[in-house]
Formats: sequence, structure tokens, C-alpha cells
Amino acid sequence: MKATRQDKRFWRKTKSAIASGLSFVCALLVIAPLALVLFYLIRSGASAINWSFFTELPKPVGVAGGGMANAIVGSFELLCLAALVGIPIGVLGGVYLAEYGTVRGNYALRFVADVLNGVPSIIWGVVVYGLVVLRFKSFSAYAGGLALGFIMIPLIMRTSEEVLLLVPAGYREASLALGVSRWKTTVHIVMKTALKGIVSAVLLALARVAGETAPLLFTAFGNRFWNHNLSEPIAALPLQIFAYAISPYDDWHRQAWAGALVLVTMIFVVNLIVRFLTRERIT
Amino acid sequence: MPPPSRVGDKVFAWFALAMALAVVALVFLVGWQLARGSAVAIQKFGLRFVTGSTWDPVAENFGALPFIYGTAVSSLIALIIAVPLSIATAIYLTELAPSWIRHPLVSLIEMLAAVPSVILGLWGIFVMIPWLRSFAFPLLKKIFGWAPLFSGPIYGVSMLAGGIIIAIMILPIVTSVSREILRSVPNLQREAAYALGATRWEVTRIAVLSYAKKGLFGAVILGLGRALGETMAVTMVIGNTPQIRASLFAPGYTLASVIANEFTEATSDTYLQALFEIGLVLFGITIVMNLLGRLLLRAIGSTSATRAVQ
Repeated sequence: MKATRQDKRFWRKTKSAIASGLSFVCALLVIAPLALVLFYLIRSGASAINWSFFTELPKPVGVAGGGMANAIVGSFELLCLAALVGIPIGVLGGVYLAEYGTVRGNYALRFVADVLNGVPSIIWGVVVYGLVVLRFKSFSAYAGGLALGFIMIPLIMRTSEEVLLLVPAGYREASLALGVSRWKTTVHIVMKTALKGIVSAVLLALARVAGETAPLLFTAFGNRFWNHNLSEPIAALPLQIFAYAISPYDDWHRQAWAGALVLVTMIFVVNLIVRFLTRERIT
Repeated sequence: MPPPSRVGDKVFAWFALAMALAVVALVFLVGWQLARGSAVAIQKFGLRFVTGSTWDPVAENFGALPFIYGTAVSSLIALIIAVPLSIATAIYLTELAPSWIRHPLVSLIEMLAAVPSVILGLWGIFVMIPWLRSFAFPLLKKIFGWAPLFSGPIYGVSMLAGGIIIAIMILPIVTSVSREILRSVPNLQREAAYALGATRWEVTRIAVLSYAKKGLFGAVILGLGRALGETMAVTMVIGNTPQIRASLFAPGYTLASVIANEFTEATSDTYLQALFEIGLVLFGITIVMNLLGRLLLRAIGSTSATRAVQ
């Protein structure tokens, strides 16, 4: 009788250990793809990166060399346009949720913003195509920037709301007690206190849309040349990576890897900056 | 001293409200654009659009069933692979892992979430597909070849490859939402079980998992919503052939990929309308999934879990 109870206890403890071990293996399997992707990115991408990659235009098929200078600049232009749309609407929306609004109304708004976050990015491409491209009969940087901006709005709104709520209520009360009006309190006290957090929210949203390809396919469209007219098709790094990846040419594949390495590096660097900005908040 | 002016306050409040309402306007904008863009196709094809299995742009005969099938099957494969891994990882992170492992592991999972879809697709084309074609698929065929799911010729690009790449894409989101849900389980639950002499795993199973069941289901549904709309990576590895085959080794096509591939090639108005209607179907499905998932998360009252989704 006693022996069986001990057996049982042993078995229960073993089961617990097995569960720990198995879940550890699962955790390794979850991060394995990251390790594999980074390994091949560095192996195939690093050798293809050189100075001309950052300074030259794509070369025609069969001509070796060339770069993605136009795509890198194009991506930055698209991100600037997206920021013009996404930042004011997103941040002020977040201000409304954090500082104004009724409990019930905010609940609904948050819910809608969350649902909007789940809309597949390709759908934004289709919507902006109908909204801008069909109307002006041309693919354009404006269209691409607008699509990315739309994606940024709910992202920034939810994150900036969260950082604004971290500002202690005492700050607001002290300012209001001194006779400062409510909007000035919001702008000069609350938003200023949460500035790092708001910048982080914006940077994270930018890093997130920097890698988006699907919404640009039929808005920004891509371009093999320099373009500084925003009402015309423009190149973007993710678009160029996609076009080169599905092409049949080895030299273009190498360039796709190089572009991917550059893009991932930029995204990771921005994420690191955000981590640096928000480190006090976490600890 | 006169009281501070209230005009500025009013203007600012209304302005902020207008910006917050932008999210509501955006939902209507999406719905309206998609409905307007596909109005003619909806009238012309009616229900045939979702039940027909021929996609012939030349003859202007559009049936979206192969895409709906492809989206459903590839997402299902992704869930079968990703859900056990993600939930086990979330359990490991919240219940079982030593604390020095937790932080780095969470950072790595966040890094995986930050890898753009197109780059995962690039890796899929040049690393995963060759490996699947020469190693994994023949092995599967040898063992399970008697089942129709794993029979037929092997090309590499396939429904199964698409499912695997979607699984990788949704691993981080399902893991982090599940983790937040498990973290929101009150410690009292755990302590009560420990007090009864339960082992670590028994605490997890009895006190934590049964409490978090509903929320974890919500995490899965949100992962499904993400999987259904996944575009670039899956487009690059699924083979893009509008057909319905029993074999998972056969190429397929998804709703999102057909939009990505054919939108700029749509020469006729009807063709474009049909693609808009595909977008409408996709939007409808993902909205329903998201509503359902969010409601389940709200039901267990985990606000941090709804935040983990981004």
C-alpha cells in the first residue's frame, strides 16, 4: 500500500518533469525559424552587400552588379508619407481615449481599433487602389503612403493611449489646480511626460509597416528608376525583394537576400531603439 | 483674474474625438470601397461566386471556391502546427521556465514577430522548399503515402508548404496572446492547487489551463484571423494554382494570394470586380474571426491580452 503511493508520487513527479521538458522543446521549436532565417539572411545576404548596393540603380537583366538605392530611398519616402497620415490621427486618437471620452464609448472605440488591427494588409492595398489609384488613374507614392498610414493609425492609437495612461493623475491635477486649461495640460504636461512612450509607439508602427509588401503591390507599384514625383509609381525595398525573389535570375536572388538583410537590420535597429527608450518603464 | 478660456478646450476635445472616430470611419471606408468595387460582380455571379470552382479570367467565369478552399486548408494546417507549439511555449514561459530564461525567450519571440512576411517568403523559396522537396516530403510520402493527403507527385511548392510558412507567421502572436492570458490567471488559483500537494504540471493543468480555456480559445481564433489574411510569404510558396486536390503536396491558391498576384493583371472590369469581391469575402471572414477572438478575450477580462496582439 505504501509502496504504491510512493510509486504514484514518483510517477506524478516524472510526469511533471516530462511536461517541463516537452514544453521547453516546443519553445525551442518556436524560435528555431528565427535562427534559421537569420542564419541564411546573413550567409546569403552579407556577401551580396557592397557599396554599389546602396548607391546604384538596379541593372537590367544579365548585367551583373547594380543596387537598390532607389528602393531604399523610396521606402523612406513612403514611410514619411505614412507618418503624415498615421501620426496625427493615431496620437490624437490615443489622447482622446486616454484623456477624454466616456467609459462605454472608449470601450467601443478600442474594440473597433483592435478589430481594425486585424484587417489583412492586402485589403488596405485594395481599398486604397479603389480610393486613389482608380480615381487618379495612376499608381503613386501617395497611394502607397496612404495605405501604410491607414495601417499605422490603430497601431499608434492603442499604444499611445497606453503610455498616456501611465502618466500619474497627480500631474494633471497639479496643472489644472494652477489654472492651466485642460488642453494645455494635455499637450504640455501629459503628452510631454509621455513623449518617450509616444515616440516609441510611432517608431514601432513605422518598423511594422516598413516591411509591408502586400499593401504596396498595387498602390506604390514599384519602379526600377529614380522617382521624385510623388504622384508616380515609386520603388520600395520590400517590393523589390519580392520582385527579385520570384524572378528566375541568380544575380537578382543574391540582391533579394542583400535587400532582405538590410530591411531586417533596419527593423531590428528600430526595435532596439524602442527598447532603449522604454527600458525605465519596464523595470 | 478671469477664468481660462474654454474655447480652446472645446476645440481640442472635438478635434481629438474626430481623430478617434477615424477608426470607425476606416472600417466603413473599407466596407464601402470593397462593396462598391464588387457590386457588379455580386449581381452578375451571385452565389455562384463562392460555389463555383472554375477561375477563368479569359472566359470571364469566376468561381472563388478553390481560393476559399486553399485559404481554409492552409490556415488549418498552420493552426495544427502552431497552436500546440505556441500554447506549450506560453505555458513554459509563464509556469515552468526558470526566470533567467523567460526574458531572453520573450525577446526572441518578439524578434520573430518583427520579421516581415516577404523575407520569410524569400527564405521559404530558397531554403524551406528545397528541403521539403528533397527530404521532408519524400519521408512523409514513404510513411503516410497510403493516405490521399500525402500522395501524388511532389513539387515542393504546395498547400503543405503554405501551411508551414503561415504557421511560422502566427507562432509569435498566438504565443504572446496565450502568455498574457496565462499571466492573467490569479495566483490564488495556483497557490490553492500547490497547497493540495499538486506537482508543477498538475497545477498548470488543473488550476491554470482549465481557468484559461476560454481565453486560449480566443488566442487561437485571433491566430486564425491572422492566418487567413497572411499574404506575401504564402504567395511565394503555395504554388498559386487554382485547384482543389486532396493531396497536400499539390499546389494551391489562397484568397489573399490571388489578389496579390492578379490585381495588376486584371485587364477587364469584370476581372477587377471579381478580385474586389475576393477582397470582400476575405475582409468578411477576418472581421468575423477578429470579433469572435476579441470577444472571447474580453470575456475573460484580460486587457493585457488584447494588447499583445499587435
